[in-house]
Amino acid sequence: MRYLPLTPRDRQEMLTAIGASSIDALFADVPAAARREGLVDLPLAQGELEVERAISRMAAKNVAAGSVPFFIGGGAYRHHVPAAVDHLIQRGEFLTSYTPYQPELAQGTLQSLFEFQTQVALLTGMEVANASLYDGATACAEAVAMAHRITRRSKAVLSGGLHPHYREVCQTYAQFSGLEVVALDAVFDGIDNIDIDNNTACVVVQNPDFFGELRDWSALAMRCHAAGALLVAVVTEIVSLGAVRSPGEMGADIVAAEGQSLGNALNFGGPHVGLFACRERHVRQMPGRLVGQTTDAEGRRGWVLTLSTREQHIRREKATSNICTNSGLCALAFTIHLALLGEAGLARLARLNHAAACTLADRLAAVPGVSLVNNSFFNEFTLRLPKPAAPVIATLAEHGVLGGVAVSRFYPQRDDLADLLLVAATETTTSEDIDIYEQALREALR
Amino acid sequence: MTGWSQALSAHPDAPHGETPTLTGNRGLQLEEPLLFEQDSAGHCGVDLPEAPSHRSRLGGLERQGPVGLPGLSEPQIVRHFTRLSQKNYAIDSGLYPLGSCTMKHNPRLNEKLARLPGLADLHPLQPETTVQGAFELIDALAHWLKTLTGMPAVALSPAAGAHGELCGMMTIRAALIARGNARTRILVPESAHGTNPATAALCGYAIDPIAANPRGRVDLAALKSKLGPDVAALMLTNPNTCGLFEDEILEIAAAVHTAGAFFYCDGANFNAIVGRVRPADLGIDALHLNLHKTFSPPHGGGGPGSGPVALAATLAPHAPLPWIVHGDSGLALVEHAEGPAANSIGRLKGFPGQMGMFVRALGYMMSHGADGLRQVAEDAVLNANYLRVRLAGALSQSFPGACMHEVLFDDRFLKDTGVTTLDFAKALIDEGFHPMTMYFPLVVHGALLIEPTETESKASLDQFADAVTGLAARAKSGAGADFHAAPAFTPRRRLDETAAARKPVLRWRPEPAS
Amino acid sequence: MPALRFTKDHEWIRQDGDTAVIGITDYAQQQLGDIVYVELPAAGTRVEAGKEAAVVESAKAASEVYAPVSGEVVAVNDVIAGDPAKVNADPMGEGWFLAVKLDDPKALDGLMDEAAYAAFVAEQG
Repeated sequence: MRYLPLTPRDRQEMLTAIGASSIDALFADVPAAARREGLVDLPLAQGELEVERAISRMAAKNVAAGSVPFFIGGGAYRHHVPAAVDHLIQRGEFLTSYTPYQPELAQGTLQSLFEFQTQVALLTGMEVANASLYDGATACAEAVAMAHRITRRSKAVLSGGLHPHYREVCQTYAQFSGLEVVALDAVFDGIDNIDIDNNTACVVVQNPDFFGELRDWSALAMRCHAAGALLVAVVTEIVSLGAVRSPGEMGADIVAAEGQSLGNALNFGGPHVGLFACRERHVRQMPGRLVGQTTDAEGRRGWVLTLSTREQHIRREKATSNICTNSGLCALAFTIHLALLGEAGLARLARLNHAAACTLADRLAAVPGVSLVNNSFFNEFTLRLPKPAAPVIATLAEHGVLGGVAVSRFYPQRDDLADLLLVAATETTTSEDIDIYEQALREALR
Repeated sequence: MTGWSQALSAHPDAPHGETPTLTGNRGLQLEEPLLFEQDSAGHCGVDLPEAPSHRSRLGGLERQGPVGLPGLSEPQIVRHFTRLSQKNYAIDSGLYPLGSCTMKHNPRLNEKLARLPGLADLHPLQPETTVQGAFELIDALAHWLKTLTGMPAVALSPAAGAHGELCGMMTIRAALIARGNARTRILVPESAHGTNPATAALCGYAIDPIAANPRGRVDLAALKSKLGPDVAALMLTNPNTCGLFEDEILEIAAAVHTAGAFFYCDGANFNAIVGRVRPADLGIDALHLNLHKTFSPPHGGGGPGSGPVALAATLAPHAPLPWIVHGDSGLALVEHAEGPAANSIGRLKGFPGQMGMFVRALGYMMSHGADGLRQVAEDAVLNANYLRVRLAGALSQSFPGACMHEVLFDDRFLKDTGVTTLDFAKALIDEGFHPMTMYFPLVVHGALLIEPTETESKASLDQFADAVTGLAARAKSGAGADFHAAPAFTPRRRLDETAAARKPVLRWRPEPAS
Repeated sequence: MPALRFTKDHEWIRQDGDTAVIGITDYAQQQLGDIVYVELPAAGTRVEAGKEAAVVESAKAASEVYAPVSGEVVAVNDVIAGDPAKVNADPMGEGWFLAVKLDDPKALDGLMDEAAYAAFVAEQG
């Protein structure tokens, strides 16, 4: 086996050194009834070539997003990732290192995470950010729990414009913890009626919202604060912050976001990278790892994991979260991509996305029977079709166009949403893609 | 130009920084400022076209001012991150004996496979007809995991081990509620990972610790005395965090089940038994597997991970969304709590799961096969026991006898030397090794937990054992001061964690204009 | 002379009339190491004997400070919140945590005096 360095002779010599008669002697603590003598019923070892062939065969059965005109968003976005990103994150020193618990041997990881935290804080307009969580949806659930710890109130109100997966994850996390989650009905044509009472820990909103509409949450932030509640702002398309006012500027107290758009492939939904930012005064209630600046024994600047008494390995059942992992390598990819873009590149990328979406929206809304639901949007919007969207998506797929996602996939019970179609464009969308989509949609609706 | 001199004039033994060079660099020791300190305003490392002019639809919410990001070109970025990488130790550069972390070789084939466009460039919301190969891969992974654990179902969405624990404990709570009583207490051994009590607390349970017996295992009598009708579950790690197999596990499982409770197993240490022991045969009801430990996806400096949970038939109906089911026209996703998934606990993360990790884990399992995986467990245990014996004279083993995949020592061997476990670990860095896990588990004083994994050669183990033995001799010979000063040969000397925590600086900020 | 008493959780309490000042002992601060953070209750809130009243943290450990007695918090030491190193430097003086108005002025009677506490610490090794 190519990954196992011990030779049969090594094994024999080592058993002799140990004083064990056989390898079985080292498994003597396993109760006899639970020992398996033979091999489990699975295929035997294979070489690289065979494994690559088998898995490539599975991959070939899929339609890769980049191989067709592609317009799906809904919380994960297809962007061009510069080649340098993947090259750098595959350096073994980044790829194959552990959590930086020994700071003297991990200054590279620690400094890059400090840069990540700074980028996330700047982008979201917040004071501090952590070293990432699993994904945007779990970051949102953690934000709700954090708001509960800060305010000592038990109710979280989720806007109907929140991504349904985020809503569901909040509900799953909260169901056994004593938190009350009030999830408002999805609304695509207005702002939901948010009621804040003296037991409300937080209101969770999204910008752009699930339907792509841009929302100014400044007034809501003031209402929250007047009532002693916090505003949690979710961003599922982080590139939007290159063009749109940040949640921090709108008065958000906690930002939970998905960072996949920068540096990371779609990966069929994971791994992605959860971004989490807040106000400095709440940092001790924050979940997840944090990197802090300090000095070494010779007075030189360096970095360490810090404020770890919040975390499970010290605080155990009183920890702020049970999380023990960040999305380290995805965070590194995010940092490298955003470093390559810089201020000018991010703004330009955001403008390209918005321009592509504007063109697409105008062209598709011109198809007979189709109307644009949004008043405003960044790179994703909602169309109303003259018939249910799900079969239209299927028809488009048969014609080689991945034309978006039917809102009914998330809300199968809501007949009033059945005709809605969520459509996204990014800098990867070409004018030829738009031509093909427009034509295919005309035919699918005919 | 004062304050620096050329390297030639510096005595080779001079401490770092005493005679700085112009750049701060010396040989391969490269200083690297923050990205934010290298800003050439307006510069950019990507060439993007300018967007065609069009009417803004941003609804008046245009960003008002700059974000504050620095501008750099691609060569500057590549150099920056290459230099940072060179300040990291990695499994690619040497033995990484972190107990409980399973730092094994990360095969590069799996990196290649995970980047196939047919897998990486797939959107989770694509029509099911366009992602049948992805479902097939997930289904194949589930089959391998179910076969290796002997358990009938596996929940794949958890994003890491602790997330898997949350998944497992939530299904247990859901099953108990369905039975009429959620119960109130979770029993957790003192040696458990901190995630166990933290997870149980998230599920609304009180934590009741169980003591270890003098053999480093769960004290069966203590466990039985704590079991009762209010106990929801036992959370046990097996092999446990002392590197020992819980040899009374069948009695433990029987006692837990007799009390009407569930048996949750933390499978972080599955590497020790994969292919040789099926958790189902131990009476386990739920077990999470850290794919990035046993099945080799790289740790990536702290993640991402993946933590599938194998579930007994009694818990499977409560598995989180989405489910993959075999339908009439191929594999299909069940995304809502309806039909077969009506009793699901709900969704635990966005989208189906950590697909990128699934690909790597499946590539690893297919490469090893049934025969290779069994050999993995055997070599992991053999390597740990070899180190145990090689280090027996130098260190103090906490619990006598054979270990599994990792071996636990404590700080008795450092008694009266003035050297702490921390000092010893830092001195090991100067010998060219990453230290072992320190101060965990909490059940022994000054713990040193060593896990070599199966991907170390005998020569590598011998080198490590010689280095540790030599260090122990130096500690005992009164060289305490050297240990307190270690490490000396790293990009930074010992870092002040107290100062970092007292006045947290968690991000870069521009110097205030004077 | 105000009464000075100690708990097995290594808090000290010094009574003066119907109020008492509470802190952690020198032994406790040594065990914790360099203290980086102190979380104090708000003045005006209540603490209950044996329940958590404050939290004290070093870089690698966190510990609850339990109220030795029940009563209303009348003052907290904001100095240690800003400069936690004071707890290491002078745990029995400048490093005090909080002052309470005692529900029961005789509440200290069951606690250890200085000699008993010294013996207790010696037993801890």
